[in-house]
Amino acid sequence: MATSFKSASGLKKVRGLGSAKSGVHHWWLQRVTAAGNFVLGLWFALSLLLMPNLDHASVVAWIAQPLVAVPLMLLILSAFWHARLGIQVLIEDYVHAEGLKLISVLALNFFILGTGAVALFSVARIAFGA
Amino acid sequence: MADSRPLSPHLSVFKWRVHMATSIFHRVTGNALAFGGLVLFTWWLAAAATSREAYETFVSVARSPIGWIVWVGLSWTFFHHLVSGVRHLLMDTGWGYELGLAKSVATITWVMGLVLTGLFWAVYFYGLN
Repeated sequence: MATSFKSASGLKKVRGLGSAKSGVHHWWLQRVTAAGNFVLGLWFALSLLLMPNLDHASVVAWIAQPLVAVPLMLLILSAFWHARLGIQVLIEDYVHAEGLKLISVLALNFFILGTGAVALFSVARIAFGA
Repeated sequence: MADSRPLSPHLSVFKWRVHMATSIFHRVTGNALAFGGLVLFTWWLAAAATSREAYETFVSVARSPIGWIVWVGLSWTFFHHLVSGVRHLLMDTGWGYELGLAKSVATITWVMGLVLTGLFWAVYFYGLN
């Protein structure tokens, strides 16, 4: 009997799910997007400095290049997902009432998906020459 | 009562030391970037995609005195969170927990965040030469 308990807890460990039922998925994605943000964020900051001008024509011409539009879209995905994960932990740490916590996380998801979609669509619109 | 159970983080209990402050400010800067930075970033992209007039509206707000304060603050927030994030990734590997080292690394985080912000604006205003 003792061995069956042992193997059950061993299986749990292998699956790595823990009390949140999702294992280290959230934690790991926070790190993956952090690495993405590091590279793409520095690229974006450097690009802003290297652009001769930040007026409308220059910015649109810059975004319209495929090798700018694609990393810019990747930056949007990585940064918005990273922000979503980070704010979720903030909510879970400070909002203790279950109902309010649920609504806050829901609102967060809508906010991130909403603004993220606008950002992605804007780059696509410029890139496809509208 | 489930609501009265002590739950982390105990901001009012922790002693304010540089490594603790670095950890708290990683969260503060992260959320400022999420709510401030990403919204302004989206506005900038949407304005550029909409029209020259929409972009001009963005620029007029961006170049106002409050706009400049926001850009300087946001740039520091970005670089500080970036350096602080690298610190967290290093600590994820199990490195940097000895008291002396933890304190030094936290202090370096603040210095590097400020230096990178300074460098950014120096290049912005004076170019790479």
